[in-house]
Amino acid sequence: MLPESIFVQPRGTASEREIAAREPEKLKLVVVGHVDHGKSTLIGRLLFDTDAIPHGKAESIRKACEAEGMEFEYAFLLDALLEEQEQNITIDTTQIHFAAGERHYVIIDAPGHKEFVKNMMTGAAHAEAAILIVDAHEGVQEQSRRHGYLLSMLGIRQVILAVNKMDLVDYSQARFDAVIAEFAEFLRPLGVTPTHCVPISARNGHNLTTPSARTPWYTGPSILQALDSFVPRPSGEELPLRFVLQDIYRFDERRILAGRIEAGTLRVGDELVFWPDRKRSRVKSIEHWNAAKAPEKVMAGESAAITLTEQIFVERGQVAAHAGHGPAEAREFHARVFWLDHTPLALDQPLTLRLCTQEVEARVIAVQRVLDSSTMEVVNEPRTEIRRYEVGEVILRARRPLAFDNADYVPVTGRFVLMHGRQIGGGGVIYGTTYEQENLPGVKSDNLSWTTGEITREGRVRHFGHHGAVVWLTGLSGAGKSTLAVALEQALFQRGVAAFVLDGDNLRHGLCRDLAFSPEDRAENIRRAGEAAKLMAEAGLVVISALISPYAAERDKVRSICDAAGVLFCEVYINASLETCERRDPKQLYKKARAGEIKGFTGIDSPYEPPTRPEIELCTGEQSVEESLGVLLESVLKSAAKTPAKT
Amino acid sequence: MTHLDRLEAQSLFIFREAYHAFDKLCMPWSMGKDSNVLLWLAKKAFCGKIPFPVLHVDTTYEFPEMMEFREWAVKEYDLDLIVWTNQEALDRGIRYETSDILTVSHELRTVAFQQALQHHQWNALITGIRRDEDATRAKERYFSPRTADFEWNYKDQPPEFWGQFTTEVRQGEHVRVQPLLDWTELDVWRYIQREGIPISKLYFAREGKRFRSLGCWPITKPVASNASNIDEIVEELRTTKVSERAGREQDHAARNAMQLLRAKGFM
Repeated sequence: MLPESIFVQPRGTASEREIAAREPEKLKLVVVGHVDHGKSTLIGRLLFDTDAIPHGKAESIRKACEAEGMEFEYAFLLDALLEEQEQNITIDTTQIHFAAGERHYVIIDAPGHKEFVKNMMTGAAHAEAAILIVDAHEGVQEQSRRHGYLLSMLGIRQVILAVNKMDLVDYSQARFDAVIAEFAEFLRPLGVTPTHCVPISARNGHNLTTPSARTPWYTGPSILQALDSFVPRPSGEELPLRFVLQDIYRFDERRILAGRIEAGTLRVGDELVFWPDRKRSRVKSIEHWNAAKAPEKVMAGESAAITLTEQIFVERGQVAAHAGHGPAEAREFHARVFWLDHTPLALDQPLTLRLCTQEVEARVIAVQRVLDSSTMEVVNEPRTEIRRYEVGEVILRARRPLAFDNADYVPVTGRFVLMHGRQIGGGGVIYGTTYEQENLPGVKSDNLSWTTGEITREGRVRHFGHHGAVVWLTGLSGAGKSTLAVALEQALFQRGVAAFVLDGDNLRHGLCRDLAFSPEDRAENIRRAGEAAKLMAEAGLVVISALISPYAAERDKVRSICDAAGVLFCEVYINASLETCERRDPKQLYKKARAGEIKGFTGIDSPYEPPTRPEIELCTGEQSVEESLGVLLESVLKSAAKTPAKT
Repeated sequence: MTHLDRLEAQSLFIFREAYHAFDKLCMPWSMGKDSNVLLWLAKKAFCGKIPFPVLHVDTTYEFPEMMEFREWAVKEYDLDLIVWTNQEALDRGIRYETSDILTVSHELRTVAFQQALQHHQWNALITGIRRDEDATRAKERYFSPRTADFEWNYKDQPPEFWGQFTTEVRQGEHVRVQPLLDWTELDVWRYIQREGIPISKLYFAREGKRFRSLGCWPITKPVASNASNIDEIVEELRTTKVSERAGREQDHAARNAMQLLRAKGFM
């Protein structure tokens, strides 16, 4: 029952389309350029001329300026923070809204001071169009070039080159032509061609909203007219599907894959290939809370939640694509990178690379070209690092295969950031990768030795990228231990985890060949297997043991062997009923035991003591191998990533 | 996609990134319009389940209508509600009736909120901050780290682009996650209108006045308005030049009040 004080807008009072039609179109705009070339003045003036300044604000600033004996500055309208006014520079990105005609704009004011490139990138990364402002008097400066370069990296193609302070050069056409010629020459190789070049005087309002009489030789649009010709960034619906997973939810009976459609369109019934694993399943449903009708499709830009028809193992970071239109998969690729951190990006330095929701250790293995941070010209001497505010071309190598695209094909999955500590140190865009056929085998993970000197436990963890562990599968013969062990080994291996199956039968051919099947011998068999597993885990491997190991006491002994060594032990109960196992009977052992040909067979004439508190229990009678493997893999990956408890 | 669709999609993405990144997550909830939009978005992000607690910092000066809303919404949205009051300050006699506004606001909201954070050891909070609310908020990040002293270092913020956020916190620190950062007040109302999100009728005009923003009742004043339903509010906001927090007295107690409050940890 809705209380009297609460209101809910009834659905359908305004049709969806009507409401959508009333929503204005918004264009995100970034204003960049060298410090003091007039960005804030241009924005302040645009706000003033489009009547977007809150009541009284312009007047109060005018009064404040008079009191201080200063000339009124449109830039002050923006400088809301006290310290900004003191320093007279914009310290961070701000977002300002204004409207002109039917079009609404969000201006991202990107600061021009060199120190604030990280803020400029933060702001400009969201922009759909840019005004690149250059002082007619000073001409193209360091930041003009850098911002031009960064715009090209961000993929912003709708650019107005505004030549400001035309009043200082007497509205000279010759000066205007010289500035744009100089800049165009710099921008051309970067793939940036200004859509419009406009001569303006921001302070005096010339060519901002309407064409000015002071520049009769200029026949092009004013800034506002030029902006009006721009379109919002294409959403990428026409591109191949890239559904990038953020998480798997199991809040209720549904197993939901949550993520964002970074490109393309996804429909119910579509067959999806999940990269880099290349497992396949179909879209069973698109989940949408409170929707009148479940959606049939989701498109680029939308946050989506789907369920699958088959419960394959999928995880955060994977990229779902349609068959035949997959992303590239590789461990090495070419990229153009920019660097923001004080500490340079050094060759061979292990870093965390994040590409959409994929996260992997990577390093630069070759620096091919570096552009100087102030001149933005190619540095001649060979370099092994990229310094702050420099951009360069490098080859990156990741510890395990990544799914990605060339940025000029699918921009969102073609760019990445490199973490420096817990902050973004820099970013890059990928180019020049060849797409392979998805029916070819996947790229192999390998492990590179990046450490030297004494090999400590931590060193091993760094080397392998994970901790060693013992995954102990226990259950009746025929429960599915070997099948799962082998599948797990392979799945782990694909993810760059060094895994090894310790098989019961194989042990009895060698290490334990002096042992028979008496309770004492069985106990000794388990002890030896446990010690061997521990040693291998200490060496850095994830050991998957597949032994019936029927006695609880013996399994607990193995656990204590591992605990004492600080090795993570994970007991996995492969639970299948005796009837199920006997029906499967892959080695015809139950048949022989029933016939009396084998004595002391577990489940027939020898007891099996099920674990009381296993870390994982898998009911293989009810779950498919894929489902069981999914649960197992998820848990083992989590365990191998964390430090075992100290004892 | 429409403008609102894009905002919604981005907010859902942020919710899911936050839930993945932080194990001790909480969402402060004031029962106000932005707060209720957050609840709605969380329901969408997690397909009907809000998988973290919501925190109401109860100053004991809440409008009765808001308390009624709280009781109703806890059941309606199936919320795991945590209520926190700075009882120690109340015991010391901190009252709007006797103390100055900034002190009371600081003690009963900010300090109470810090107490709750320390008690529950949250490492991330999902807040309804919007850039258009105040000039100081324009500089925020989607994931905005706070030091152990709750300080916001707005002069040196981490870079944030391409959907990559600051997701690591040191002991005692927390991250403010701000899914509504890009929304405007008008966007919030349009979304409430489009989705049919429940809100308090306190936002509707009665006798030529309405509340645009709701806080403690002694210091929240209505603004002149005839907007008595959502359509009229949307229409009003398209043309108004009165700032949203004009009716919030603590903002005007000092020249740079919001900045002082925020630097001390105010949301």
